[in-house]
Amino acid sequence: MMNRFLEAQTKAKRAWSELTANSEPVIYIGSGTCGMAAGAASVGQMVQETLDKHGLHARVLRVGCIGPCYLEPLMDVKLPGKPRISYSNMDSTKVRQVLEALLLKGGTASEQAFAHFGEEQGPFTAGIPRFQDTPVMRHQVRMVLRNCGHIDPEDIDHYLANDGYVGLANALAQSPETVIEMVKEAGLRGRGGAGFPTFRKWQICRGAPGDTKYVICNCSEGDPGAFMNRSLIEGDPHCVLEGLLIAGYAIGASQGYVYINSDYHLAIQRLRKAIAQMHEHGLLGENILGSGFSFEIKLKDGGGAFVCGEETALIASIEGRRGMPRFRPPFPAIAGLNGKPTIINNVETLGTLPNILRHGAAWYSRHGSTGNAGTKTFSLVGKVRRPGLIEVPLGTTLRQIIYDIGGGPWKPFKAVQTGGPSGGCLSEEFLDLPVEYEAMASAGSIMGSGGMIVVDEDTCAVDLARYFLGFTQAESCGKCVPCRVGTYQMGRILDDLACGRGKPEDISKLQNLAETVRRTSLCGLGQTAPNPVLTTLRHFRAEYLAHAKEKICPAAGCKELVEYHIDPGKCTGCQRCVKVCPTEAIRGARSETHVIDPNLCIRCKACFEVCRYDTLAGNAITYSSRRSQS
Amino acid sequence: MGCDTRTSTSAAPAEYRDLFQEFKGQEGELITILVRVQERFGYISEESLKQISRFLKLSENQIFGVASFFSKFRFDAPGTTSIKVCMGTACHVHGGSQLSDAVGWRLGINFGQASRDGRFDFQRVNCIGACALAPVVVVNEQVHARAMVTSMQELLESHE
Ligand SMILES: Cc1cc2nc3c(=O)[nH]c(=O)nc-3n(C[C@H](O)[C@H](O)[C@H](O)COP(=O)(O)O)c2cc1C
Ligand code: FES
Repeated sequence: MMNRFLEAQTKAKRAWSELTANSEPVIYIGSGTCGMAAGAASVGQMVQETLDKHGLHARVLRVGCIGPCYLEPLMDVKLPGKPRISYSNMDSTKVRQVLEALLLKGGTASEQAFAHFGEEQGPFTAGIPRFQDTPVMRHQVRMVLRNCGHIDPEDIDHYLANDGYVGLANALAQSPETVIEMVKEAGLRGRGGAGFPTFRKWQICRGAPGDTKYVICNCSEGDPGAFMNRSLIEGDPHCVLEGLLIAGYAIGASQGYVYINSDYHLAIQRLRKAIAQMHEHGLLGENILGSGFSFEIKLKDGGGAFVCGEETALIASIEGRRGMPRFRPPFPAIAGLNGKPTIINNVETLGTLPNILRHGAAWYSRHGSTGNAGTKTFSLVGKVRRPGLIEVPLGTTLRQIIYDIGGGPWKPFKAVQTGGPSGGCLSEEFLDLPVEYEAMASAGSIMGSGGMIVVDEDTCAVDLARYFLGFTQAESCGKCVPCRVGTYQMGRILDDLACGRGKPEDISKLQNLAETVRRTSLCGLGQTAPNPVLTTLRHFRAEYLAHAKEKICPAAGCKELVEYHIDPGKCTGCQRCVKVCPTEAIRGARSETHVIDPNLCIRCKACFEVCRYDTLAGNAITYSSRRSQS
Repeated sequence: MGCDTRTSTSAAPAEYRDLFQEFKGQEGELITILVRVQERFGYISEESLKQISRFLKLSENQIFGVASFFSKFRFDAPGTTSIKVCMGTACHVHGGSQLSDAVGWRLGINFGQASRDGRFDFQRVNCIGACALAPVVVVNEQVHARAMVTSMQELLESHE
């Protein structure tokens, strides 16, 4: 059995070195969800057309997200014997230009190139930086994402050639206790948010009585602005599945599940393929690699409710019931799915295991800081110049992430929200905070599963808190009163403040309610839902007061408190705004100054956009906070 | 919603038989079955509830109870042109709610509804994984990146 694995590995490695020391050019197209959204499909089409037109041949690989999503669509080309070069923001014309330059004219189209993947600078790559030296990558370390963007996620041979399933083979050659010990030494903590030591959970489950145990991969990813788990599965599904097997072996489970948001079509499709390939290679089923260990994996569709990321709600939903959490203890590690001992681990936690088992605990804990070993992925988005999927060693500061990697916001920085709706909003004075579990918690936020949203001065803190609370309130399962009623009441107060109907005493009322909901809710959803409110109250209190006392929104972010104006000196009377206004709130004859009726205006910003970007218009429309009449 | 669970001797219509083929008829398969039914028919109809109820031997009430818990399941037919506005965090801070207000006003409907003539369908989604391109709107599975209110209006007109 082991021989079969070694044979497959040798064959895969041979094919891989033929690909990399190829005789044919290789073209990589970034085809993760971000790439597809940006137009990877038409890039692929144009690549084929260009090749056909000139009678050229090349291997075309569709790879996962390599990280800098802001550069999508990405197309990379590797000529035989030359380093791979990455070209960004492709469109049909650029694809043709780049391919013709490289394949016909012997050039590199260096002005279009973003970076190359060579070991060092050579004459061929003159004028093109190394990928690892670009500002967005320089501070990053790729461990769990190491294969993303480099291998074809649908080809198990690519994974095998890059030491795939070696971690599993190593694990199976040792006792489960030794595997748990290794994970303990590595210092791995759960990447789903809370940072609970992975080995401890496993020990409890391994020690729990019973022969039937389960392990579940949590890819619920309910944070409405995060995509790291999805990207990992899309770019390297086998690493997560290998991790699931290792976890199963360690705790003594023979059945694993991947609980995945049913909207993640591409990720689900890749998992299905990967599972079939594992069966073909004897990596699933009976007696895996001759070790006596047997394991099966099933996919379970998640209904997409935020609360189903919580362990007991997730289990209820797998059992076919409403996704409602229950009181813990008993913890799932003792009594989980079907009442059996169950381990639930996040996608990234599992994806990290193959690395640890392959290279050892010491190798893993080289990165990170004391008590916070290893790396963490984040989806860095919002108002930054270089949004995307990043991976950094724990202990990296927020400033390094936001400014060095993300390039900072265009307008002055205001805050960063980590941990999604369960997390907190941190202001400028926290920028030098290291991203570590305890440090984040002491600042009132959480590490979370990896959502990181940067906002600038255009975002109102009250509006942001209202947005997150609106989300958690809608997602509250309704089982416990503090969460169901408390989040609703908090939402009403925030609505009042945002519309200029609030009173100064509302702020202390909001604070008290928030504390109560935090302390008395049944599950993590309710316990953390007040975090965005509590942290904005702490760091942006003046802004709350402006809403409550003066009835204005200083950031002009609360729609209900904003008014649009037309500067008569600049208005060209072009009637563009009159045409785009959906509510006929703007009047004015051609060549005469236009006026906006504030009572009809729904503040959709259409007039502002058209006045700013249309060539005939005079950029005459502005908006600012008005004082509420009420 | 009815709760008629009398078993009928008549077999399930062919399209449901095909759909149920990959399942064993266990309660734990309910959510996946709901997902498949919605993928196939666009929504969960009363007929679907009845067929699932027979297949899984659960009451229609119980199935509706589970289905209605998850906001992704819908119980009325979708409109022809599907418009999904992303209301995820990244899209929100890039003006997603202005976009949705303008689209909703134009169509005269709210999230979760189909226009009266059945031509448009208006849904909200929470992050489609393209946050770097925010704000995004998905029209018939085609992603519109860095969407503007004015470009959305043009797009709607072209579909009208
Ligand atoms: C409301 C709520 C939502 C959650 N959502 C997720 C999620 O989307 N993904 C995830 O991995 N963990 C989520 N968690 C945390 C899980 O309950 C659990 O702690 C985690 O999956 C454990 O895996 P880990 O130890 O590998 O981090 C959520 C918790 C709560 C309370
Ligand atoms: S928030 Fe809209 S795509 Fe992520």
